[in-house]
Amino acid sequence: MDSYFSILFTEVYKILFLLVPVLVSVAMIVWLDRRVWAFVQKRRGPNVVGPFGLFQSLADALKYIFKEIIIPASANKLVFVLAPVVTMTLALISWAVIPFGEDFVLADINVGILYLFAVSSLGVYGIIMGGWASNSKYPFLGAIRSAAQMVSYEVSIGVIIINVLLCVGSLNLSDIVMAQQNLWFVIPLFPMFVIFFISALAETNRPPFDLPEAEAELVAGYQTEYSGMMYAMFWLGEYANILLMCAMGSVLFLGGWLSPIDIFPFNTIPGPFWLIFKILFLFILFALVKATVPRYRYDQLMKLGWKIFLPFSLFYVVLTSSFLLYFDLLPGK
Amino acid sequence: MKISRLLKTIFMIDFVTGLLIAIKETFKEKKTINYPFEKGSLGTRSRGEHALRRYPNGEERCIACKLCEAVCPAQAITIESKERDDGSRKTIRYDIDMLKCIYCGLCEESCPVDAIVQGPNFEFATESREELYYTKEKLLENGDRWENILAANIKADSSHR
Repeated sequence: MDSYFSILFTEVYKILFLLVPVLVSVAMIVWLDRRVWAFVQKRRGPNVVGPFGLFQSLADALKYIFKEIIIPASANKLVFVLAPVVTMTLALISWAVIPFGEDFVLADINVGILYLFAVSSLGVYGIIMGGWASNSKYPFLGAIRSAAQMVSYEVSIGVIIINVLLCVGSLNLSDIVMAQQNLWFVIPLFPMFVIFFISALAETNRPPFDLPEAEAELVAGYQTEYSGMMYAMFWLGEYANILLMCAMGSVLFLGGWLSPIDIFPFNTIPGPFWLIFKILFLFILFALVKATVPRYRYDQLMKLGWKIFLPFSLFYVVLTSSFLLYFDLLPGK
Repeated sequence: MKISRLLKTIFMIDFVTGLLIAIKETFKEKKTINYPFEKGSLGTRSRGEHALRRYPNGEERCIACKLCEAVCPAQAITIESKERDDGSRKTIRYDIDMLKCIYCGLCEESCPVDAIVQGPNFEFATESREELYYTKEKLLENGDRWENILAANIKADSSHR
């Protein structure tokens, strides 16, 4: 009994040690997003609360906490309340398998990438539930769009991941990182990296694929009826998802916690910092794309996903596997 | 032509160019002012918070002619007047409902003695509605506080009246 509690305690401690930094960095990343967006448009962005406005997100969160939560009369109350909870929980539990360094991972499971993929597919449910339970036109249309979009791009992300797995021979994320010791996968699989990046934009409903919340057409999409803390939870979940996609991109293509070159000044920096640098780099790219690119039309989005990305990444799977076979480079032999 | 277009699409030339422009713009000078800490200039006719002015000897300018009350399109002004002991007509009540007011400036325009004016202050947000029902005392206090700027503005604008 005693050992049971000690195990439970250490697990909870580990989870908190992971979750709190993730939540804080989500708050910071919202600030960074707004700041980059503003800088591209030659504005200043939030710069008043705290140094450089760093605490802006905390101030926003405080505002959301004190706002009234409005539940529409015709809404399905249980599902309506559950939707943001589902979104945020799913965005956070995926962090369990992200390796921050050697032996620095909460759950070093053998099917890490499958777990990530499964959880991120479940992410659609939060949005569908929110849109359906609101019992209102715009949220419903937004949820349908979002579901269709996320499902389509998940397919191409899956095929892209197969490319990486072919080169690694393992589903374990730590193994995937260690396989990149000599060469980051971004170099041999560069087209896949680009497609992964674009699919990640679509997957997280970021501009230019933010059709589910296209304010010109759908007010705020599935978030329209939400207010107060529930809205903030959607918002946190969304940004946690974006961060997760950046982390996934870093682990799959940019060598995770590995330093770019294994020489003196670089390899003294501990692994987690490298991962954080890479996540930040990808995120700043996300933010720059948001600031530059106009929104896609819905049919263009679907065409891009199904008619270009999917065939191309399938073709690349064939290419990668035949290359590996021909030069006898298949892993695990 | 068609092939070059196709290659452009595949290598995302347009997108990368746009991204590079965005990165370049990031390091340029900001076009917005740092608002709460530095403020933009206001014209002499800017129409902000109202104020009731006084003559230099401390006498209220307002003669309770009620032209502003009559002209006010939002009917935000309420005036009651009474004859004072020395025989001059003065207001005993001069209320402006700042929530109704549309800041059109017609009260200022109609005033024959430049008593009611709209000053340069536009930062008078409050936390409750009640604080925005301005009374005569509040308006006179505003006048005392902003008198220098108000007088300068009226003088600068006098050649156009």
